[in-house]
Amino acid sequence: MPVPTERKAQLLSGNEACVQGAIAAGVRFFAGYPITPSTEIAEGLAVELPKIGGKFIQMEDEIASMGAVIGASLAGLKSMTATSGPGFSLKQENIGFAALTEIPCVIVNVQRYGPSTGLPTSPAQGDIMQARWGTHGDHPAIALMPASVREAFDLTVQAVNLSEELRTPVILLMDEVVGHMRERVELPATDEITVVNRVKPTEDPEHFLPYKPGPNLVPPMPAFGDGYRFHVTGLVHNETGFPSGKGKDGNILVRRLLAKIEQRQPSIAQAELYQADDADIVIVAAGSVARSARAAVKEARAQGLKLGLVRPITAWPFPAEAINSVATTAKAMIVAEMNLGQMIIEVERAACGRVPVIGLNRIDAELITPQDIIARAQEVTKNVR
Amino acid sequence: MSVKELVERYCRTSKLPHIWCPGCGNGIIMGAVMRALDKADIDQDKTVIVSGIGCSSRAPGYMNFDTLHTTHGRALAYATGVKMANPDLNVVVLTGDGDCSAIGGNHLIHAARRNINLTVVVFNNSIYGMTGGQYSPLTPTHSYATTAPYGSIDRNFDLCKLVQAAGGTYVARGTTYHTRQLVDQIVAGLGHNGFSFIEVITQCPMYFGRKNKFPSAVDMLKWQQEHAVPVKAAAKMTSEQLAGKFLIGELYHEEAPEYTAVYEKEVIAKARGEVK
Repeated sequence: MPVPTERKAQLLSGNEACVQGAIAAGVRFFAGYPITPSTEIAEGLAVELPKIGGKFIQMEDEIASMGAVIGASLAGLKSMTATSGPGFSLKQENIGFAALTEIPCVIVNVQRYGPSTGLPTSPAQGDIMQARWGTHGDHPAIALMPASVREAFDLTVQAVNLSEELRTPVILLMDEVVGHMRERVELPATDEITVVNRVKPTEDPEHFLPYKPGPNLVPPMPAFGDGYRFHVTGLVHNETGFPSGKGKDGNILVRRLLAKIEQRQPSIAQAELYQADDADIVIVAAGSVARSARAAVKEARAQGLKLGLVRPITAWPFPAEAINSVATTAKAMIVAEMNLGQMIIEVERAACGRVPVIGLNRIDAELITPQDIIARAQEVTKNVR
Repeated sequence: MSVKELVERYCRTSKLPHIWCPGCGNGIIMGAVMRALDKADIDQDKTVIVSGIGCSSRAPGYMNFDTLHTTHGRALAYATGVKMANPDLNVVVLTGDGDCSAIGGNHLIHAARRNINLTVVVFNNSIYGMTGGQYSPLTPTHSYATTAPYGSIDRNFDLCKLVQAAGGTYVARGTTYHTRQLVDQIVAGLGHNGFSFIEVITQCPMYFGRKNKFPSAVDMLKWQQEHAVPVKAAAKMTSEQLAGKFLIGELYHEEAPEYTAVYEKEVIAKARGEVK
């Protein structure tokens, strides 16, 4: 195994940490297509996977990469792809297939400036809503947003684990800054890492129903070649896995797909609170923006302005509880994001009008600085007083 | 093996009857695939059948194997993932002319280029049947379709030539009229260690036939009989004699390194420092 068995300080980028996290979590198949700013993940796994008998393939396009990932997962390997905006758009149909057919897989989206080709090497957080609603129809969504190199490692492991546990596609929603930034990190020792594997059926093939949910609403999943001779289709199916053509089966299936995530939601939805409990103004920021927000909190407090931070770690499910916990104590919330207002919709929903929610948005391909945040907080302070 | 034995062994009998229209050739092709799998003595538990979207692609649902009905055009991409992840599995792809040559055309040429060991059977009925009769890249020029009400002006692909040029190492064409030969072509494809491609000319009396002066499925099968020329016979014919005809039989065959085997032998071995 190329992963260090003991803790060791390393200088890594977020994309490199993602590679290490994938290997540590047991990913053994990667299919991808070159795209800035995620390419280093493909490059890293092209080096590392064959060393441990894993498989890497560069496919002919983004769509094919997503298809190959689903096929490989069905053949029994933990599978992953990595992309950025344009590629994320192209993958959406097959992400929907993975959601409906419940095939574990991880899609890394290192967000870049869009829409379209946009500014390929510039940071943005414009895919928060696409990570939730990118594919058509009602479907579950899990998206994790790392803010540091170490967290890129941890959340990659967690993304793989959640996809395996819940049989659902999971999105690692990085941004260009986190993907390319280098930090000194100490990765956990191998024995400190929890690795989750999909549950396989125990009944004999004669009595096996491939989409009969277990107690956690997740059906056990055999691999192709295990002798179960099961059918997988993107058509609405019942517990047998075969298309039924009936709306009532769609109703049962799609509601279960959402419920299996919802019942795990309290433990999936995560946020970090930093000096938020006594804050007059709470900044809500995720990914690289949260780093500026943390610096702003420190600096503002030194100046006597009581700022705090709520940092959503999961974009989806959105950690509404964390917003709730400060919605009655704070005088205002500022949602800082590198888009024109996506996460703010969820913050407003969670805050339920109990506190003014103000946006701080940049789409000039520049980072939101601590000074931007402090200036907006000072402005807001004047207005709320 | 009798038809009854064949169906009971290789079909999910509870899923029958199938959804295909009266006169459709898809059942003939599915039967040929099952006969070929039997003749090739494959392990039923180690065989995966992958399809895309369309009439052809409903076949795997009736077949008693691990089966994967994917998104439109993407069967080869999914199949590539299955085969890479576990090269011990036999992977058969059932697809249609629209599925593999239009929306999935890119995957077709690249799967052929890699020479990955997949056996692809294309149900070429020259039309989009599932959506009700629109022209495909394999609809012959001047044929009629619901979206070609004045006759199609598109030039149609010769899919076998395309796959051969892209790097496919076993290429054959059959028909739903020449069923015995078709079984043998698929058996040869299954036995070939590389990208195997069998185009099957089949009849869609409902949508292609109706628009193009074929009163019944029998007329379409007769057309196949009259226009198909075996490769060997064609070698002795003049270009005038071959005008308007199409070739059937094994069109191309070469032995070349297979993708998943090369990945094991070269990439994994080099990464592990076992070879330089």
